This record gives sequence, C-alpha cells and structure tokens, in this order.
Amino acid sequence: MSYKISEKTRAKIDELRKIYPQKEAVLIPALHEMQKEAGWVSEDAIDALSACLGLPYARVKGVVTFYTMFNRAPVGKYHLQVCRNISCHSMGAPRILSHLKEKLRIAEGETTEDGLFTLSTVECLGSCGTAPVIAVNEKYHENMSVEKTDMLLRELGLQQ
Amino acid sequence: MMEKILLKTEAADIEAYIKAGGYQALRKALAMKSEDVTAEVKKSNLRGRGGAGFPTGLKWSFIPKANTKPRYLVCNADESEPGTFKDRELILKNPHLLIEGLAIASYAIGAKQCYIYIRGEFAKETGLLSDCVNEASKRGYLGNNILSSGFDLNIAVHRGAGAYICGEETALLESIEGKRGLPRLKPPFPAVVGLFGCPTVINNVETLASVPAIIEKGGDWYSKLGAGKSAGTKLFSVSGPVKKPGVYEIELGMPFKKFLEDYAGGMLEGSKLKAVIPGGSSVPVLTAAEALKMNLDYESVQQAGSMLGSGGIIILDDKACMVETLLVLAKFYHHESCGQCTPCREGGGWIEKLLRKLEAGKGKEGDIALIYSIAENMLARTLCPLGDALAMPVMSFITKFRPEFEAHAAGNGCGKREAGSGKSTQ
Repeated sequence: MSYKISEKTRAKIDELRKIYPQKEAVLIPALHEMQKEAGWVSEDAIDALSACLGLPYARVKGVVTFYTMFNRAPVGKYHLQVCRNISCHSMGAPRILSHLKEKLRIAEGETTEDGLFTLSTVECLGSCGTAPVIAVNEKYHENMSVEKTDMLLRELGLQQ
Repeated sequence: MMEKILLKTEAADIEAYIKAGGYQALRKALAMKSEDVTAEVKKSNLRGRGGAGFPTGLKWSFIPKANTKPRYLVCNADESEPGTFKDRELILKNPHLLIEGLAIASYAIGAKQCYIYIRGEFAKETGLLSDCVNEASKRGYLGNNILSSGFDLNIAVHRGAGAYICGEETALLESIEGKRGLPRLKPPFPAVVGLFGCPTVINNVETLASVPAIIEKGGDWYSKLGAGKSAGTKLFSVSGPVKKPGVYEIELGMPFKKFLEDYAGGMLEGSKLKAVIPGGSSVPVLTAAEALKMNLDYESVQQAGSMLGSGGIIILDDKACMVETLLVLAKFYHHESCGQCTPCREGGGWIEKLLRKLEAGKGKEGDIALIYSIAENMLARTLCPLGDALAMPVMSFITKFRPEFEAHAAGNGCGKREAGSGKSTQ
C-alpha cells in the first residue's frame, strides 16, 4: 500500500520551504506534520517524503531513526510516556510505571489490545520540579502519584 | 534586595508586556550602533546560561565583520539536561522578554533571520512562542523595517524531535538543517561556519532574555548585580525531595544553604539532605557538607568541586541509593550518545552494563575500579561534552560515595529496597 501525502500536509511543506534557505531543513517539520496525521511514520511514508523532497530514502530514514519522537509503529490512542530520569525516578516514577504495567497488562513499548494505550518510558521531559511526570500524547500530567494515575486512566476510558 | 529581571513581570500577553515597559529596550537598541549594543553586553559580563558560562558579548563579537554571507541567530530552547526546567518556565511566563532579547541580539550581530530551536516535547510552549512571534510581528516589533529603523528580522520556531544531543550547539545546527544530530568537529566554530554554512550565534533562552534589561539599564548596572565575575541574576531549577521544588530567580552568589531553606522550602519531612548535583545531571555530585558550604555562583561551585552548569539543582536525600541513581544517569547518557565517538558510544554502554550488575548484587569488587577507569578514558576524548557528561558523574559518585558501591559489590546492597526509591516495586 503506498502512502499519499495529504493536500494539507503538502501545503504545509510548501509553507515551510519559505522559512529555510535549504529544502532539507523542512525534513523534520514535515515528519512532524505527517505523524500528526497518521500517528506514526511508516516505511511508505518515508518513501513518499523522500520523493516529495527529492532526497534519498536513506537520508530520510536516517533522520526518522535518530529522533525518538517519531513512532516507527502505530501507537494507541493515548501514548503514555513515563519519565524515567533522575528527579522523576527519585520521586516515585518506578512505582507508577510498574502500576501502569499491572493495570494495562502490557510491558514497556506495547499497546493494549483495544488500541487505547501505548506505554513507553522517556528521558527527562524538562519538568523535574513537578516530578513524577507522565506525558499523554503531547500533554504533560505533573506531580503524579499512583492514585492520580488511576484517575487519569479512568478519564481516558480504561475499562476496569 | 534581590533584583529580578527574568521573572519580574509575568506577562505572556503582549499588551500586558508592553504596558509593563516591554519592547522599550528594543527601541533603544535600534537607535544605537550595533557594535555599541554588543559592547554594552560585553560590559555587563553576562555569561551563557545554557551551561558553559561563556561570555555572551564576546561570543557575539566573533562574527567576522568582513563576511558577506547571511548571518543567523539561533536560540537554544532544547532544554533537556535532567534537572533543568527553567527555560520552559521562562517561555511560559515571559515569552515576549525572550522575543525582545532575540530581536536585540539579532540587531547586534546583523542577523535578519532567527530560529528558535525548541525541544519537540514542548508542544504547548512551541504553540505559545509561535503565537507570540505573530503578535510581535503584527505590532511592528518583528518583520520588515522594525519600528521604522530599517532593520528587518524574521523569527521561525523550529521544533526538535526528541534527542538530548541536539542541545549541543553544533548538533542543534545539524538538526535544523534536517540531519541527524551529530555534533561537528570544531573549528571552524559556528560564528564563522554555522547554520547553512553561514556565521551563526547560538544562545540559550535565559541568556537572550537577560539582554533587554542590560540595554535598558546598562551593562555597568548589570555587572554590579551578583557576585564578582558571576554577574547578574540567574534562574535555578530545584527538584527532588524538597518542600517547594520549582524555578527561582536569584542574584548569583547566594549561599546554597539559604537557597535551599528560603526558596526551595527545605527538605521534605523525614528526608535528610545527602547529596546535591548543582548544575544539571552532567556535573560532578557534591556531598551535603560540600554543598552547604558553597555559594551559587560559577566560581564558588567550581571551588566546591562541581560546576554551576545550567543551574539545575538536583537534590538527593538519605533514601537515595547512589548506585541506582548513577545507573539511571548512565542509562540516559548511553541512550543519548550519538555514536560518533567510540569512548562515549562504547564506554557509556559498558558503564551501564557494569552498574546494572553491581546494582543487582551481581558485581565484583574489581568492577568499581573498572567503571572508574572507563569513565577516566572517556573524559575529554570525544568531539562534544556528552562523554564528559557521563564521566563526571561516574567519577564523582564513586569517589564520594565509595562505601555504597563497595557494599553493592560485596552483594550486601544498600538496604534501601523498602525506602521508596522505587526498588521495592521493580
């Protein structure tokens, strides 16, 4: 199945080209746009973007694999990203992570069968003063505890 | 009295910012000669707030005058150093102060295009900055012929995509160019060959936000704030088991003890101060006794045996297992290594593996010396400071908390499995 870059994203890419003197510079912003639409960056999407920008496939793939925010497999509706770094760690992130694994019955990097949740650990989110932090998609949930995590899961529609 | 510059007014809204005197410094700067603006910043003794502490005015003056290529200003908002969250706060609370600083700095170095490189995870902050840039453009503070001065400037907000290394300035430039974030070999320095091969200045968010006050009140005024060579005010992010973690602006030179008690609210009930990492996770750790004697300025923290870095103060209490804490950091730096330099790429992995064994009670006594020696061989042997960023914590953790490492090597662990460090549930 080949991937077609949407009209909207193509228009965005054309807009972006005006901001930079070199076409390669739109690569990362364009990948963000594509992921926003599809939820992840597939091999076909890489193919399509390399054709669109006139760049070698390997050049685009090299960038996709370097940056952790580009999902290389589909993720659930809610991507739970638990910060595992020093301040979150010392303020209780490991407990929250194991609680999430237990509740969702998945391991790190996995998605629940209903496609609702993907669980990941991430490095420092730059919000250490409100540790522990969980990012759900692009939104930060700060000062988390096991209880607040349960509330969050309920709000997001976890069936008990 | 403590002077406040960066968080004095909290006005995300442009009207409120203008009402509080905002964009007057830009007006003043545009009436000056560009070299006089740089001279004023030199006079202020402002040093880069991203971590390296390099004199800002001097950095600006490295742009070659005879070079006819376009010049770029790049704002480093890729705040990713664990324990550091000041730039995010500054962007959320005072975004126009940053934009005004960007405009003044661009004028000083002769840049007509500026890029704000913001880390990909800061989605809300990216949106806010883009909106603020638009508002400032609408009111004539950005765009063509700014305030009828003939000076043109466009600012673009460029979002990263998750890579700690892109906070290193040359990796950041590679990333804007749409490449993998691999640090460049220096020289040439970015001031000569930077973004798109053109002369470029890269400054941290906090550094640039300090500029409007320097132009408004003068370099002399700013240089008298703070303590000696550590001039001005600085944002400190404090995290860990304290009563009031957060971001605080203080004049440099305040005793750490006072900061901990008066600003961070002291330790949480039942927690005792054990160790402090004073400048983001990559600087050497200090024991409580060492930290309590130091002042929060570049020279004093160095004298105490560490570095002020980004001002990201990480507090560790008596419940923290130092082997486990170091393992968290080793895993991080190993993961974030770009892989160009063997000492960092391989050394990080070896250290993580050995610490994992040690932490699980499966280590041997010789492992501690081995870990230390790997770190020693990483130090100053890589293109960028990421190798050092792991080597320094490793060497200092082992030197200062050796008995804990020995207890782990002997299979005795640290007795902290029930203490809330998270181990009890892993």
